Amino acid sequence: MNRHLLSAGDLSRDDALLVLDTAADMDAALAGRSIKKLPTLRGRTVVNLFFEDSTRTRTSFEVAAKRLSADVINFSAKGSSVSKGESLKDTALTLEAMGSDAVVVRHSASGAPHRLANWIRGSVINAGDGTHEHPTQALLDAYTMRRRTGRVEGLQVAIVGDVLHSRVARSNVLLLYTLGAEVTIVAPPTLLPVGVTAWPCAVSYDLDAVLPKSDVVMMLRVQHERMHGGFFPTTREYSRRYGLDAERMATLPDDAIVMHPGPMNRGVEIAAEVADSVRSTIVEQVANGVSVRMAVLYLLLGGLIDVSGADEVAA
Amino acid sequence: MDAARPVTGDPSIARPVLEAEDVARALTRIAHEIVERNGADQIVLLGIPTRGVTLARRIAARIADIENVEVPVGALDVTMYRDDLRLRGVRALEPTDIPAAGIDDLIVVLVDDVLFSGRTVRSALDALSDIGRPKAVQLAVLVDRGHRELPVKADYVGKNIPTSLTETVHVLLDEHDGRDAVLLGPADLKREPAAAPEEVTR
Repeated sequence: MNRHLLSAGDLSRDDALLVLDTAADMDAALAGRSIKKLPTLRGRTVVNLFFEDSTRTRTSFEVAAKRLSADVINFSAKGSSVSKGESLKDTALTLEAMGSDAVVVRHSASGAPHRLANWIRGSVINAGDGTHEHPTQALLDAYTMRRRTGRVEGLQVAIVGDVLHSRVARSNVLLLYTLGAEVTIVAPPTLLPVGVTAWPCAVSYDLDAVLPKSDVVMMLRVQHERMHGGFFPTTREYSRRYGLDAERMATLPDDAIVMHPGPMNRGVEIAAEVADSVRSTIVEQVANGVSVRMAVLYLLLGGLIDVSGADEVAA
Repeated sequence: MDAARPVTGDPSIARPVLEAEDVARALTRIAHEIVERNGADQIVLLGIPTRGVTLARRIAARIADIENVEVPVGALDVTMYRDDLRLRGVRALEPTDIPAAGIDDLIVVLVDDVLFSGRTVRSALDALSDIGRPKAVQLAVLVDRGHRELPVKADYVGKNIPTSLTETVHVLLDEHDGRDAVLLGPADLKREPAAAPEEVTR
């Protein structure tokens, strides 16, 4: 694997499968144990560098790192020197000088983790950059699909909603394509990014036509906070055309599952009864997130930290 | 299993030290010894992947023949507890499978193919202490090749094979390699990189 995890598109099929298999083995190793902790990353330091609000991703990374016995430093932009005008680079260099081995970064600017990866020596893990990518979310989604349906290859996956502002959608499309699933993106034309035709997936504007042939439906959150303009007439109209309610869910094949990366807008993109139904994997996704992030941290940090290729210790 | 040592070699130029019938005899004897010492009611066999798990299953089958008791068998992956990850880099994990009854207040018999430095066993002991509190832990190995680096001793040994550090021991099992044998061979001059598959152990 690469030293960094910046984009789901950087993962080869073998890398992606290694992460998923490792996550499954982590799950099995910790299942039913009273002490849910492994000593593997003892003495390693992971910095959670969050310039944007997050509950589940930050907590998930924190739990994952702590289960592997790493030390975790949480850094949020609020209440830090960033509010005094410190730049991303200076903040990162400061944290590295304190001895961090990995930086988990979330930033509102697309590409921030890529910049960061050029400045610091440790591993950089992208925990969401702007409207660009969120690779660990895609990995945990693929892991959830595999646990629920037994496979990823050949699955028909519909990703529905605010694709324009979604980093989850892009990462999922790239990863699912690598793993051999067939993705269809469903959204109103106003919520599709420029260049979506170049993505390795199909595009549709008609949710009702796509649902009956989908094994997995992934609903995306309508990101009101990123919308500066009119993307659809009213929330109600959006919900009527692109929201998943019980009636629409009934048109899915019997064993299809409903996913959502969270946080949900109940009643907008997903109805409460759908979110709480047995098909919904939303709570499971959160639990799987910890396993997948443990796998990523283990694979990036578990071995040689020195990147000069000096593993000649053995000979 | 140890960073400083050759772990791979070419089985085709290795000479056999145990043939299939020797392996079978050794496992039967180990099964008898385990039962003689502990009975068969309170034990759980935990194999260390991959060949240790196969051996644990075979020993359990023999105990079932002798005592008519189904002994729980599991797998214990110790990768996350190893002390050489930083030297050799990460490797893929192997499955862990602890029997539903757990290990608390039971006698755990760890099963591995080759006992060498003792570091794998140390990792396994650490892993066990995170899983529960067994009444006792014992160790069964098919081959003890010496060169211990830690104060570890096996309770049940199939065969003691004196080796030099430059030699390699290959345990072949029908389920993985198509035949049962233990081979002793000269070492490779250079070790494979850290990611080398561990198909032929130690």
